[in-house]
Amino acid sequence: MEIGLNHYLVLSAILFGLGLFAMITRRNAILVLMGIELILNAANINLVAFSHFGGMGVDGQVLTIFVMILAVAEAAVALGIVLNLYNNFATVDVDEANTMKD
Amino acid sequence: MEFALHKLPLVVLLIPMFSFLVLSFFGKKLPRGGDWFGTTLLFINLGFSVFILYSLTQLGKYELNVEWFNLGENKILGLQTFYAGFQIDALTGVMLVVVNAISAFVHLFSVKYMENDTKYTRYFAFLGLFTFSMLGLILGNSIVLMYVFWELVGVSSYLLIGFWYEKPAPQEAAKKAFIVNRVGDAGFLLGILIIFLTIGSFTFNGIFEGVEAGKLSGGMLTAAGILLFCGAVGKSAQFPLHVWLPDAMEGPTPVSALIHAATMVAAGVYLVARVFVMLSADALTVITYIGVITAFISATIAITQNDIKKVLAYSTISQLGYMIMAIGVGAYSFGFFHLVTHAFFKACLFLTAGSVIYGMHHVQDIREMGGLRKKMPITFYTFLMATLAISGVPLTSGFLSKDSILAATLAFGSINGGFNYIVPILAFLIAGMTAFYMFRLLILTFLGEPKNKAKYDHCHESPKQMTIPLMILAALSFFGVFSFNPFDASGGWFLKLVKMPEHLLAGTSGLFYHILPLEEYMEHIHHAHMTAMVLSLVISGLGILTAFTFYYWKKVDVEKLTESIKPLYNFSLNKWYFDELYDIIAIKSTMGLSRMSAWFDGKVVDGAVNGAASVTRSFSKFNGLFDNIVVDGLVNLTGGMVGAFGLIFRKFQTGKIQTYIAFLVFGILVMYFIFRVL
Repeated sequence: MEIGLNHYLVLSAILFGLGLFAMITRRNAILVLMGIELILNAANINLVAFSHFGGMGVDGQVLTIFVMILAVAEAAVALGIVLNLYNNFATVDVDEANTMKD
Repeated sequence: MEFALHKLPLVVLLIPMFSFLVLSFFGKKLPRGGDWFGTTLLFINLGFSVFILYSLTQLGKYELNVEWFNLGENKILGLQTFYAGFQIDALTGVMLVVVNAISAFVHLFSVKYMENDTKYTRYFAFLGLFTFSMLGLILGNSIVLMYVFWELVGVSSYLLIGFWYEKPAPQEAAKKAFIVNRVGDAGFLLGILIIFLTIGSFTFNGIFEGVEAGKLSGGMLTAAGILLFCGAVGKSAQFPLHVWLPDAMEGPTPVSALIHAATMVAAGVYLVARVFVMLSADALTVITYIGVITAFISATIAITQNDIKKVLAYSTISQLGYMIMAIGVGAYSFGFFHLVTHAFFKACLFLTAGSVIYGMHHVQDIREMGGLRKKMPITFYTFLMATLAISGVPLTSGFLSKDSILAATLAFGSINGGFNYIVPILAFLIAGMTAFYMFRLLILTFLGEPKNKAKYDHCHESPKQMTIPLMILAALSFFGVFSFNPFDASGGWFLKLVKMPEHLLAGTSGLFYHILPLEEYMEHIHHAHMTAMVLSLVISGLGILTAFTFYYWKKVDVEKLTESIKPLYNFSLNKWYFDELYDIIAIKSTMGLSRMSAWFDGKVVDGAVNGAASVTRSFSKFNGLFDNIVVDGLVNLTGGMVGAFGLIFRKFQTGKIQTYIAFLVFGILVMYFIFRVL
């Protein structure tokens, strides 16, 4: 069986779904961040797949590199926030950080 | 001398008013309550009025007529100018003297009679007011002026009848007199209105000219005459409005003498005499019959009454009926002559009654009197003189006037024939009855044995202030005052002054009545004169004789006699049940009507009002409910819905970013579904 575009897209969709699911359901801030990573990577797979099958050369790969750099920066900032969260609330559960509510 | 006719009447009119005003405002400050003030003024007034009468005989009549007010041009009635003033003619001149004389004597008499009354000053003030009103009534030359003073005498009569208003009986009597008079006055006013609408003038001369010119004739003239006579029926206590006069005896006795015997009640007769020349034949028929019926009814009642004042009251009504009848049959001068003679002897009778009551310490029942002749000689002789006069015994003034009236009734019978002979027959019968009941009164009061020994022993002759007026009035009941011929007054000064007028409608006839030209009429009276005189002598002699037989010699047992005619006796004693009848007809029906109106008012009118109110209330209630439920409901619903939506949407605002993401994803899926799948 020839591996085609659809296979990449399905993989990407599954990865996106898993990431989204993790982002929505997890309470742990770290896990939420991990969900976000999954979503970003799902997008990366899409970019690479469309680039390869769409005949666009390496445009997709370049954009993917950018996204990975962005993800690293994001992870750095987000983990700083989580650290701060833990310092203030002694937990990384996002539901506990609700002092701005009410 | 001219001024006596031109100016003096106004002075005479205003003097009693002045007395009234001074006594009302300053009376209490004057010594003796000001009685001397009023009395003196009245005697001065009497002097003036005698002078006016004398001037009148010398100068002839006079009328002052000035423009009273002007209504301008009027579409219906044309130019309306009203005149008013006073007139001095035979009627007025004589009445001035009569009213002033009796008023003056009553003033003098009252000084002693009312001595210890708490309202002494007020009494004299009221007498002044009454005299003023009565003089105004006499002097006015316009029927409206007469009406004004007519009501004023009514008011003063009301005030004086109810003078002792702290007692219930005088209150009732005063109200009764006033209300009964209103009934007659309503007719009087209607009569005036008819005259105004047809003739458009109020002065007597203007009215007579209008009638002569035929502006008012036929049925309307009769109606006007009868309506004017209604006023006289009320004021002169004629049947069927006579019921107030006996009750009016609740007033002080001198007042009864002045107002309810001599002057005010004669105002009705004066009115009929004043308008006599314009009364149609049918109106005169009514007047004649009312007069004779009144005279007869009240004479029968007078026979059985036991109150000295009640007997005199009924005899007054009877004599007033006589005068009205006399004018009705056309004997204008004789009726007026009887008015004058009656005024003097009836005032005398009432004042002697007052003297008796004063002497007996307020006993009025003749069954408790008797034998007073020895205790009160002056009172007795004056009473005797007046009784002789009213009974029509020769040598008295009453004989002269009564005799002429009887002659006139005989003439009336002979002119009109048929059943009209009932008038002279009744007239003679009444003359006999008058003699009978007056002598019954005299005998029971003054002769025989005293019936109440204790009262009799304390009885005393009245003081001079009371006996002097009595003697003067008794002297005025003597024939010589009016004529020097004791059997025929036609040659005397009085009938020469008060001449029979030529009737405006002479020669016309009504249903049962012919108005003859003056000469022809006088002829008839002349023929009847001798018969009338003999008959009247016989009949009054019989009456007197019967009275003596019954009550003095006691040949007939009166007790047994009354027992045998008990129903008749009770009928007379109870005044023909007129009061009871009016109680049923007038009072009960009025009360019934009032009760019905009250019921209607209470149930229907109030019901309608309450119904409207409750309808409004339920409507408001409904409105309130609508407002509460529908309007408020809508408002609340809006609010509630907003709240509910808020509650629902609030759920979404969890503050958790993960939820938002979930919604976002859900939204994207939905949109995808909508745009791509559908």
